[in-house]
Amino acid sequence: MAMGETKLTAHIYMDANATTPLAPEVFQAMRPYWIDQFGNPSSIHMQGQQAHSAIDQARESVAALFACGEADVIFTGGGTEGDNSAIFGMMRTGDHLITTSIEHRAVLQPAERLAARGVDVTYIDPQPKGAISAEAVRAAITPRTRLISVMLANNETGVLQPVEEIGRIAAEAGAYFHTDAVQGAGKVHLDVNRIGCHLLTVSGHKFHGPKGAGAMYVRPGTPIEPFILGGSHERRLRAGTVNVPAVVGLAKAAELALASLTDGTEQRLVRLRNRLESGLLAIDGAAVNGAGAPRTANTTNIRFDEVDGGALMIALDLKGLAVSGGSACHSGAVEPSHVLSAMGLDKHAANSSIRFSLLRTATDEDVDRALDIISEAVKKLRSLAPA
Amino acid sequence: MSGGVDSSTVAAILARDRGDTVIGLTLQLWNQNRLAGHPGIPDTPKAGRCCSLDDVYDARRVAVQLGIPYYVVNQEDRFEQDVVRPFVEEYLAGRTPIPCSLCNNHLKFDQLLKTARSIGADSIATGHYAVNEFDPVRGRWLLKRPADLAKDQTYFLFGLTQDQLAHTLFPLGHMTKPEVREAARRHGLRLAEKPDSQEICFIPNGDYKQFIAAYLTEQGRPIPDTAGEMVSADGKVLSHHDGIENFTIGQRKGLGVPSPSPLYVIHIDPASHRVTVGDDADLTTRTLRARQLNWISVPSLAGPMRVRAKIRHRHEPAWATIEPVEDNKVLATFDEPQRAVTPGQSVVFYDGDEVVGGGWIY
Repeated sequence: MAMGETKLTAHIYMDANATTPLAPEVFQAMRPYWIDQFGNPSSIHMQGQQAHSAIDQARESVAALFACGEADVIFTGGGTEGDNSAIFGMMRTGDHLITTSIEHRAVLQPAERLAARGVDVTYIDPQPKGAISAEAVRAAITPRTRLISVMLANNETGVLQPVEEIGRIAAEAGAYFHTDAVQGAGKVHLDVNRIGCHLLTVSGHKFHGPKGAGAMYVRPGTPIEPFILGGSHERRLRAGTVNVPAVVGLAKAAELALASLTDGTEQRLVRLRNRLESGLLAIDGAAVNGAGAPRTANTTNIRFDEVDGGALMIALDLKGLAVSGGSACHSGAVEPSHVLSAMGLDKHAANSSIRFSLLRTATDEDVDRALDIISEAVKKLRSLAPA
Repeated sequence: MSGGVDSSTVAAILARDRGDTVIGLTLQLWNQNRLAGHPGIPDTPKAGRCCSLDDVYDARRVAVQLGIPYYVVNQEDRFEQDVVRPFVEEYLAGRTPIPCSLCNNHLKFDQLLKTARSIGADSIATGHYAVNEFDPVRGRWLLKRPADLAKDQTYFLFGLTQDQLAHTLFPLGHMTKPEVREAARRHGLRLAEKPDSQEICFIPNGDYKQFIAAYLTEQGRPIPDTAGEMVSADGKVLSHHDGIENFTIGQRKGLGVPSPSPLYVIHIDPASHRVTVGDDADLTTRTLRARQLNWISVPSLAGPMRVRAKIRHRHEPAWATIEPVEDNKVLATFDEPQRAVTPGQSVVFYDGDEVVGGGWIY
């Protein structure tokens, strides 16, 4: 439609934590694997071997991202599948699971399901700044604690969680440790040995890879049951024909992500994010959710008092600025964020909050234009539709 | 956009025939899965129920077809506070509420209009069958009955303020329902033949009693014991009933009292829980009182006025004289006695096709 085209040319995208575009290099890397090199890596013939070697190479790239051995990388259908596999694959009836109230629903809903099936689940609430206290995790450990699942970085606030400390605590207690690193990949170093995790999940499309592709680190000896059955693929841990083009794309994205950690991208993003943030804080009644906590470079979550966040998101979108807030419910409407509620914000404050997450291609001009659009929209909303 | 024929056709008429800049909005008002598992509440909501996924899907498809931006706006909190809770409380108080009018007053023409204006729209357009126009002589916005009297929705719109009427478009006001369906077909809308929704949108299966019980249980509130006596017009106890919320004025079925001639509920006393039944003649009254009034064609009611008054959705407006009484209330005296004047319903006053104003019967 004409409307869509004209609108999108001028669009500023500040919703990188929702998804990112494919990097052109990723697109190029995937190209041969749709038609020419279409083989099934499980097949013994040449086409199959070609695909198999592509997967092997991809595994090396992802292993480099995780700082682990290639044999410890399992390809999955994305972050949600990885989280589900970790939780369902590790927990048995009667076990104790420690997780947090700020996890993604890909962890929370499996935990709820398991709780209904006789697993004991403890949810650690964050401190007001959005970080989980490692000591609170330690205090929740019981002799039956089998798995601790704490995310590396929160998707809504960007707040980095003390995973290395929790890794040490888990090791002392003899519990297994899973971290959902979906929002960490490409933003911070994912060194599985420094983190001390047994399981770690990432999702390709959060760092300029394809959607529907993810990877998981599984520390050797971790007694994880496969979540998807039906073949001996991925060392029997994930059945199903490997999505070769997606995995190749994921691997290229992993290479780019690793490179971006040392090429000054992070410093540039921090500077842009801080500029955006201080510009937004100049608006009356604006405050940062998660202020003062260590955060990923690209994310800020801002509360605008007396503003309906849902209406603000629509107003911004119509002006060409894509952001998000809360979580999308089944209909596509926005519900107040469970993360902000867990941090102690009341429903009103949670509903007045917007997440800005910058792509690594963000520019100063994007920030300037966004600030103009936002301050005008907030003013208009407050005068016409006070929340 | 509800995902129905009417609002979809409105979007098509404005975007295509008139060339207006249109933004599609759907109100997310009630989570149909919220009470699932309680007795009488199905696990999977049907289409035509408020905010069912099928209806949102339909609305979104229409928006894509028309090339307009489309958003779902979450107003569940407001809806619960301003519509669902009052709905439950009214029944528990022995009255018979109209949630549609509350939704129009609080959600559609208040919050939604504010949201629409704050995101840059001049007006909201809805698929209601009603006409609004400005009368330069009186200097007032008028609300008038539509071309299709069978679809007339002015009864539910009496609460609109002048400001709301000035920023609202009712593009279907001059069309009949068959014409609307024809316009939907002409615009190639796949839902042109979709059946109309009829019942209260948030009540599954039309069973409001089970809804009230489920809602109270969910809220951790005891289901109040409103059981009491059922008495005849002369005060004789005929039987006992399970709760006043099971009755509405004029109800004939489910009274559980044998009688040679038809019996009707003629009075519900919320304090004593007593339900009085009587015959058809006992059901009719000549007067009613209304409160929480809103005036449209007149700035206020200065003195007695001849109108036709409509006391429920399917009621043929009847001649009456209305006059102001103490505390912004109104007394209506009908020329002919009217059956089943029901507290909790609204009364809307008409002068010809114009809505003079209206209020809530108490």
